[in-house]
Amino acid sequence: MSIEAQEKRQGVALVTPALLWTLVFFAVPFGAMALMSLAHLEGREIVQGHDLGNYLRIFTDPSLRRGIFVSLEITATVTVISVLLAWPLAWIIATRVPVRWRRMVLLLAVLPFWTSYVVRSYSWALVLGEKGVVMNALVGLGLLAEPVQIMATRAATVTGFVHFFVMLLTLTIYSNLIQLSPNYARAAQDLGASQWQVIRLVILPLTLPGVMTGAFLTFVLCIGDYITPQILGGNNELTLPQLIMLQLGRRGDYPMASALSIVLMAIVTLAYAASARWLKMERV
Amino acid sequence: MRYLSWVYLLALFTFILLPVVTLVVFSFQDGRLPVPPFKGVTFEWYAKVLSDRAMMEALLNSLIVALMSSLCALTLGFLAASGLARVILPGSALMRGALIAPMTVSYLIIALGLLQMFNQIGLRPSLLATGIGHVVINLPLCFAIIYAAIGEHQKSALKAARDLGAREWQVLWLVAAPMLMPSLAAAFFLAFTFSWDEFIIAFLLTRFDVTLPVEIWSMLRSGLSPETNAVGSLVFLVSIAIVVVLELTLFRKGSK
Repeated sequence: MSIEAQEKRQGVALVTPALLWTLVFFAVPFGAMALMSLAHLEGREIVQGHDLGNYLRIFTDPSLRRGIFVSLEITATVTVISVLLAWPLAWIIATRVPVRWRRMVLLLAVLPFWTSYVVRSYSWALVLGEKGVVMNALVGLGLLAEPVQIMATRAATVTGFVHFFVMLLTLTIYSNLIQLSPNYARAAQDLGASQWQVIRLVILPLTLPGVMTGAFLTFVLCIGDYITPQILGGNNELTLPQLIMLQLGRRGDYPMASALSIVLMAIVTLAYAASARWLKMERV
Repeated sequence: MRYLSWVYLLALFTFILLPVVTLVVFSFQDGRLPVPPFKGVTFEWYAKVLSDRAMMEALLNSLIVALMSSLCALTLGFLAASGLARVILPGSALMRGALIAPMTVSYLIIALGLLQMFNQIGLRPSLLATGIGHVVINLPLCFAIIYAAIGEHQKSALKAARDLGAREWQVLWLVAAPMLMPSLAAAFFLAFTFSWDEFIIAFLLTRFDVTLPVEIWSMLRSGLSPETNAVGSLVFLVSIAIVVVLELTLFRKGSK
């Protein structure tokens, strides 16, 4: 056997376990789920079928269709607000904070990452509740006559999400910013640009690939998350993941849960296709 | 502009740190509700958490699942990365894509697929089922990190070892693993953290033996309580301690 053939054989042998794992525990379940989405429930029995009835229902049943829009609205709001808040923060840390403090400031900026995800959502419930710290302060300072209901509304969900993604985006944008050579800004300043113009016309466009990648990541993680809307948003309006869990829990409707999951995946794929040309995944 | 920068920094830091500070402060609340006014310091809630058997079991379960699943993901990812890095196979790009693919799918969907498959083949919800799910989400991560670390320099060192007559396992164990140690460590700790904190897969794929996030989740159903604050603060404290230790040992060495 030639050396090259032997090399290839060994290469294949090394990759095979991982590929098998991915095939058995990712591809097969996923295929099974796609099949399941074509079935439907009769009483408590799952009847295999080959029709698009579930999908038809998702787009006609108002409560299910609403879920898609709620998810998209929340995710879009969160992504935009997070980018708008994180960019200036990353820029200030990268350019204004003295070098020796930078690492410390950055660590502090992502400190809450180290609590568990569930606990982080809970701690917002603590802060935003009717008797929570925020309402207490606002009423105490006389800014509000009485507490306003924030918990169990979309505002609470968005706040919880923005909190998480501001940290994530600050990190990605920051790493983007400090890779830029300071010469770009200097050259622009020498050519007479004001500080504001340097930011808007030079620095901002240069960080766009990083921003887009971060925004895409935010979109994907946000639209697929069940914890934050469930803890903070309550049951007044349901997002797609909440609807999926509802199908599973109350009725054991696996076919509908599967169909909703496929729709969720389709949305993420569309988002990827729409933003692919701006994404530089290797930069994250 | 300068002045404005500091105001902005302060405002955002308040926003970022407010929930954590509130969480920790009110874990010492001497009362039944973790909301203002602060009534004084007590360690009662911590004592309660530490003597809570269900909680301690969940903690142990989480450690076991995180350790086993990240070791498994690390091994599979390491083997695959060294296989794909050593020789260009027909369909290399496709294999890489297939290995990375689970990263693009939300955890809920992975969990749902596995739940249905396990139902079919009769594997009951358990820590094993959860561990399998955690390997699925962490394998792409481990593979990507290790694969990215194998550059031309590493490739020729591995080739040299083989040319000098090292057996395949010797190349992997005595040359590749020590050489790639920093990225192996990074991949392991990242995978461990993700598994440790993962909720939805564990929620759907466990029933009687649960992991810590699932146990905390069931605590939330009883509403706000300083006990939940205490659990959260403990998790926070342990993570910070781990980060500090890593910072002082592993990464300090790496940066020299």
